[in-house]
Amino acid sequence: MLAYTLQRLLATIPVMAVVAIVVFSLLYLAPGDPAVVLAGEQATSEEIAYIRESLGLDDPYPVRLVRWIGDVLSGDLGTSVFSNRPVTTLIAQRLEPTVALTLAALVIAVALAVPLGVLAAWQAGKRIDRIVMGLAVLGFSVPVFVLGYLLIMLFSVGLEWLPVQGYRPIARGVGPFLTHLILPALSLGLVNAALIARITRATMIDVLGQDYIRTARAKGLSTSAVLLRHGLRNAAVPIVTIIGISFALLISGVVVTETVFNIPGLGRLTVDAILRRDYPVIQGLILVFSGVYVLVNLLVDLSYAWLDPRVRPGS
Amino acid sequence: MTTAPATPNTPILEVTDLAVDFASRRGRLPAVEGISLTLNAGETLAIVGESGSGKSVTALALMGLIPKPPGIIRSGTALYRGRDLLTLTEPELRRLRGQSIAMIFQEPMTSLNPVMKVGHQIMESVMLHTGADRRSARARALEMLERVQIADAARRLDAYPHELSGGMRQRVMIALALACDPDILIADEPTTALDVTVQAEVLEVMRAAGEETGTAILLITHDLGVVAEMADRVLVVYAGRSMEAGPVREVLRHPRHPYTRGLLASMPRLQRADPDDRPARLAEIPGQVPAPGEAPPGCPFAGRCEHALQRCHDEPQILTPQGSPEHRAACWRAGELGEPHD
Amino acid sequence: MNATTAAVITPTAWREALGHHPGLVVGALVLAVLLLAAAFAPWITPVDPLQLAPLDRLARPGAEFWFGADLIGRDVFSRTVYGARVSLAVGLGVVVLAGSVGLVIGLLSGFVRALDNVLMRIMDGLMAIPSILLAVALIALTGAGLGNVIVAIAIAEVPRVARLVRSLTLALRKQPFVEAAVIAGTPFPVLLARHVLPNTLPPLLVQASYIFASAVLTESILSFIGAGTPPSIPSWGNIMADGRSVFHLAPHIVLFPGIALSLTVLAVNLVGDGLRDVLDPRFVKVR
Repeated sequence: MLAYTLQRLLATIPVMAVVAIVVFSLLYLAPGDPAVVLAGEQATSEEIAYIRESLGLDDPYPVRLVRWIGDVLSGDLGTSVFSNRPVTTLIAQRLEPTVALTLAALVIAVALAVPLGVLAAWQAGKRIDRIVMGLAVLGFSVPVFVLGYLLIMLFSVGLEWLPVQGYRPIARGVGPFLTHLILPALSLGLVNAALIARITRATMIDVLGQDYIRTARAKGLSTSAVLLRHGLRNAAVPIVTIIGISFALLISGVVVTETVFNIPGLGRLTVDAILRRDYPVIQGLILVFSGVYVLVNLLVDLSYAWLDPRVRPGS
Repeated sequence: MTTAPATPNTPILEVTDLAVDFASRRGRLPAVEGISLTLNAGETLAIVGESGSGKSVTALALMGLIPKPPGIIRSGTALYRGRDLLTLTEPELRRLRGQSIAMIFQEPMTSLNPVMKVGHQIMESVMLHTGADRRSARARALEMLERVQIADAARRLDAYPHELSGGMRQRVMIALALACDPDILIADEPTTALDVTVQAEVLEVMRAAGEETGTAILLITHDLGVVAEMADRVLVVYAGRSMEAGPVREVLRHPRHPYTRGLLASMPRLQRADPDDRPARLAEIPGQVPAPGEAPPGCPFAGRCEHALQRCHDEPQILTPQGSPEHRAACWRAGELGEPHD
Repeated sequence: MNATTAAVITPTAWREALGHHPGLVVGALVLAVLLLAAAFAPWITPVDPLQLAPLDRLARPGAEFWFGADLIGRDVFSRTVYGARVSLAVGLGVVVLAGSVGLVIGLLSGFVRALDNVLMRIMDGLMAIPSILLAVALIALTGAGLGNVIVAIAIAEVPRVARLVRSLTLALRKQPFVEAAVIAGTPFPVLLARHVLPNTLPPLLVQASYIFASAVLTESILSFIGAGTPPSIPSWGNIMADGRSVFHLAPHIVLFPGIALSLTVLAVNLVGDGLRDVLDPRFVKVR
């Protein structure tokens, strides 16, 4: 099992290498000369050249790449061109809202989607199935930000139950934290729920057609035991896979959701950095997001061995 | 565990005129048309027929495992200990399944839950039906695995299905089915998917285990060899209808229905009367089984029967005694035809 | 023999199609309307989308401005209709570009073992970067402009196509009929045209519809955050971005393009689902 874990871990290295190359190339190819920016308006060409040298900006691509990777691995993601602060600091500051939003959305998505998907599969072809799947196609099609605005219109402007925008850290009280988080988490979560529900249903229908389900029923097991202990348990691998994949959607969605709801997280930081052409920040963010995604997929991979005994090594 | 054990030779299951249709795009198609059978306690009754003859549908109908759309039970009763299985509600059926009537299926490869340990799957049934706790359920599972002659049973309890061979998996299925001492075991082509060498072992295990628990076996198969080895009585079906029924030795030695004769004649024989004879061609029954809904109003076999009369095409015959009341055939000409040629 | 190639277009065939695949027909109809609207935009929009009418800023939807007016008095209805052009162009462009490049990479990967590992690692790497961020990075490099947006989004979608084609190719190579063709000495281009492509294209077509939807969504998000279609060209994301700051005063600026966007994506998804049901026998609807 340990060997298997190591093997999967090692497999992430080429992937991150490609990510690193793409991200680094962004800065390398970006227009604008950081030396000029650093030197200031009045700088002479010698001063600019000196700065270029000291920063190693004239070194060939591979050298700069390796140097940059070294920096990253030691925790230095560069400095923001706009605010002159280390990118890592900026990211650390904005981390909490994004993590809270992402986790809340994920919980909502899974808690809604899996039971509904199982229900739809069990009642496949009947009305409840069509309703659930109709809602799913709808949810899957409405973009996150449109849904966000619709929810705001309904709950904040119309019913005035919830605040329109903003974020309250949990340290300042759980109540406001929740009321501010619920709409953005819903917009993000519902869209992902639709995707997960569709796959859950398809997988469950497949599983419920298998012979061992017939055996389970022939044993006289109750419907819930058949559906859950025998059905869902076997559908777990594709479902966990899609949850992992939906993480990528969550990450893209976070950017837009934080914009709509004015949440000071990593998503907003991304948008601001884009507008300001703050390449080091964009770079750092891409690295962080990709790294998280790769990690999530690694965990999903490892979970297969736990969920499906046939995958375990040595069997 | 079941209630009071039934005394041998009393009927434990009486099916009368079972008819099952399936709804399809082309309308309602009959799969089973008026099959009746009686299963006595402790005996083995074989249902023999080709694929599509309705034998599996009969078994599934008894267990209530036919999906109700598209399946429709048109008519019939299936009396088990005084209750009609076909009219029971789902919760009532669930109480019987596994505990009083158990079923094993054809594909051992896929009939066991791949992510659950084998012992656990047996324990699940035991704990559900007998209310036993984990430890006694585990002991019972172990006992059952030993009874089906699985070597190293204690270790195998914690094995997953993919770690076992096909023959072993089928034996686990048998252990699972018999774990709660059911009155009836329905075995739907239990050995068809297994290698020939393994088939004999599995059948032997089934017979021995069944004898120990006094379980009646409803054995569904297309293999007359299996019938000869295992069954006490046999029912031959074709296109959803009964053709012939009776004690195995009687029917196999003196088949009265042309279809039964055809089946027996088409079995490959290893021995030749004269070693110098060139091998004979495999005898076959010309024609094909009629598709559901396309059978003629009379005997479904009429189109392929060399002895068919016009009457055979027009009127179906029901099982009528031929000589002994035990041995019955559904053929207008059953009495006239002499012994089959060899 | 599947339904599409053997279908004869008769009235009864249409009715059957509608009965069995209502989603496909509805989706296709909506898309057709959209296409027509986009094509005939200049004729159906009463007002020039770029025309300013500062006196009418933030006008509510009514007789003069069907969808209302935006911050500087531009007609939201016209802008929305013209926005359809952008979305359809992006969707189509991305599908064609990502589809062809992905097809080539997938085939290469499937047939040339030496390349497979390298190509797939690169695809994995690209897929690890969330598509919005990748598109943003690429656009930052090349600058704004509709063409660049299409290319950037296409690059983000290529890996999925490539993986799909690769797995289809690998599965096909193991099929007996392909092996038979190889043994018979069939030249590679013929093998490709007669055996591989016809079996690869249907799933690819289904995937194409999902890529179309994804591309339209991505473009609108990019425009919404200011990193996509330049503001001079009306695109749904752009219009919504304009309306952000005045959402509480004039929600119509955000809502109408948003609804148009949702309807489009919904229609495309319905078509995709319908195509999948029709083309792939494995996904037979449970009745």
